[in-house]
Amino acid sequence: MSEPTLGLERAGLQDLYRSLCLTRAAEERLELLQKQGHVTGGLYRSLGQEAGAVGAAYALRRRADGTGDMLCHTIRAAGALFLFGGELIDYFRQYMAKGTSPTRGREANVHWFDFEKGFVGPVSPLGTMIEIMAGMTLSFRVRGEDRIGIVFYGDGASSTGAWHEGLNFAAVQRCPMILIVENNQWAFSTPTSKNTRVSSFTEKGPGYGIGAEAVDGTDVLAVFDAVRRAALQVRSGGGTHMIELNYFRRKGHAQHDPQDYVDPAVIRAWEKKDPLDLYRSRLLRNEWASEDELVAIEEETFEECRVAAEAAIAEPYPEGAEAVSGVYTDVHTPHPWTRSSSPDPTLA
Amino acid sequence: MDPETPEHLLKTKRREPVTMLEAISEALFEEMIRDESVFLMGEDIGVYGGAFKVTRDFLTFFGENRVIDTPIAEGGFTGAAAGAAHMGLRPVVEIQFMDFISPAYDVITNYIATSNYRGAGPQPLVIRGPVGGGNRGGPFHSQNVEMAFFHTPGLKIVYPSTARDAKGLLKASIRDDNPVIFEEHKGLYRAPSLREVLPDEDYIVPLGEARIVREGTDITIVTYGAMVHKSVEAAEMMETEDGVSVEVVDLRTLLPLDEDAIVESVKKTNKLLVVHEDTRTGGIAGEIAIRVSEKAFEWLDGPILRVTAIDAPVPYSGSLEDYFLPQTDDVLKAARYLAAY
Ligand SMILES: Cc1ncc(C[n+]2csc(CCOP(=O)(O)OP(=O)(O)O)c2C)c(N)n1
Ligand SMILES: [Mg+2]
Repeated sequence: MSEPTLGLERAGLQDLYRSLCLTRAAEERLELLQKQGHVTGGLYRSLGQEAGAVGAAYALRRRADGTGDMLCHTIRAAGALFLFGGELIDYFRQYMAKGTSPTRGREANVHWFDFEKGFVGPVSPLGTMIEIMAGMTLSFRVRGEDRIGIVFYGDGASSTGAWHEGLNFAAVQRCPMILIVENNQWAFSTPTSKNTRVSSFTEKGPGYGIGAEAVDGTDVLAVFDAVRRAALQVRSGGGTHMIELNYFRRKGHAQHDPQDYVDPAVIRAWEKKDPLDLYRSRLLRNEWASEDELVAIEEETFEECRVAAEAAIAEPYPEGAEAVSGVYTDVHTPHPWTRSSSPDPTLA
Repeated sequence: MDPETPEHLLKTKRREPVTMLEAISEALFEEMIRDESVFLMGEDIGVYGGAFKVTRDFLTFFGENRVIDTPIAEGGFTGAAAGAAHMGLRPVVEIQFMDFISPAYDVITNYIATSNYRGAGPQPLVIRGPVGGGNRGGPFHSQNVEMAFFHTPGLKIVYPSTARDAKGLLKASIRDDNPVIFEEHKGLYRAPSLREVLPDEDYIVPLGEARIVREGTDITIVTYGAMVHKSVEAAEMMETEDGVSVEVVDLRTLLPLDEDAIVESVKKTNKLLVVHEDTRTGGIAGEIAIRVSEKAFEWLDGPILRVTAIDAPVPYSGSLEDYFLPQTDDVLKAARYLAAY
């Protein structure tokens, strides 16, 4: 007997698999690019966490005209970014710090924005984006717009003042916001138990007077289901909601971290809960997809990443002198006189 | 049985050269041995040994009460450091990247800096961490934070440029009864050119004293941190290519500022160039210029100039960041202009 499909058609069920494959292929491509010296700065993997980002984003209204739901992803939620229309080539451009990237080389990796498509990239300081999303969703509520927002953060980010202040504000103001806690059990080298005394983030929900639910973050359908139900509530005036994804960070914090503080046996155990493998066999078992269809998806996503990365490689880096532009909307930032042809600071 | 001192912390004892990072580790280690009230707090400093490995193996040696892995809560643990300092401990707090000191801005400026003045007693604590650009870290892993705190009476601000100074200044900061912000340029941490054999004795470098890195007679460059090395490079080129003698003064401590050293040098050379990696507007060059105007105006034979980063967030892409940061060529051009003035 077939499992419930949560109202998803065959195409939708396969879409989810496509997004999972795309996330992984994109990150694996990045690793290759980094070895070839094309990546500027750090490289962060979401290995084992792909289903959380994909399942959650798939449950939201994704529109390209500025009327859909709003996403704030994290470095480990690239799958959500892609589902909201973030272009693969832009992802590579960002990591390569190309002048053609959405931030014109000013900012790194997934830190970019498209308010029409409905996503706002994070800043590095942890916690801030809850405040930002609280304000975005406050504006939806006060203007009576049928939109909600979803903001991702890791377990470690929950220790910041911004996390607390932003969440409390959202809860008090009944902002239509879903907070996704990506509980991958580590914050850099710090286990979750050293960032919080509670054993589940859902215990924090009542402290803010909001609903909270934990879900297996390796199960893309379970995540989709939980976020879809939460979205329904939030959309109908139920206020702010929290969903905790439980899974494991199977790679180091970034590529420079050998993760030698983690018991290898634990990592091996989590390899058996690989979200792509799990979902793949489920698709086959339930005959939601054929082996040929899955292989085609795997090959296509691999190829998409290869092509996008190749194209990004060929593109130029920004001109150094562009560094002065755009600090303000109106005030002009001067070039240093020592960079100009002027022999004299009084003339520059 | 006491654990053995980790090998990598004995380089100076073995008379081996150390990097600036190793010098900082040695300072922390030796101060913790010397004074039981010194303890460390910060993110990932224990098991991992810190994002840059400054406190590698400290946890095994000193245990969890003296090397505390904190939640990601810069405001929270800096405030806790202040409370511990009231009770007689001497906390040294690591901010993983100094860009993230901002959540602690409230407790540092409103509580810690005002404590002694309010009669609540001194705040003997150090807040240290990596700063500075050139690493392609983008806007949030590259900032210099000195001027966010320079305007706050009650704080001291230290910014070393060599291994020897880093060790001596950090020891002095830990022993100081005032709160110290201690900035470590991450580009200098492991710079091979900065490796040196340090004195095998318990030395300190007093806070508030600048150092003449290079004597000269024609122009003074006042600078600090990573820009010391670019300034020296430019000074050497001036010497060989232009026959101009440039004095380079390394501030080492930004607050309190060693006004005497600056003024004395300007009175000798009659020309002043200030070089800092921090952004331009509100940078320390402005304060230095006014002090020289107050104390040595009659001695000046040219305008006071500055070479700084541009007034922008720190960009990520290499080409942009290189343009953003002051380079040796900029120092050279400004110094040549002054020489000809
Ligand atoms: C305010 C602040 N302090 C420190 C950091 C440095 N930092 C970056 S990521 C990280 C760990 C984050 O852990 P978590 O929130 O669990 O996310 P994960 O990396 O596990 O996805 C730390 C400490 C930061 N970005 N912001
Ligand atoms: Mg985590």
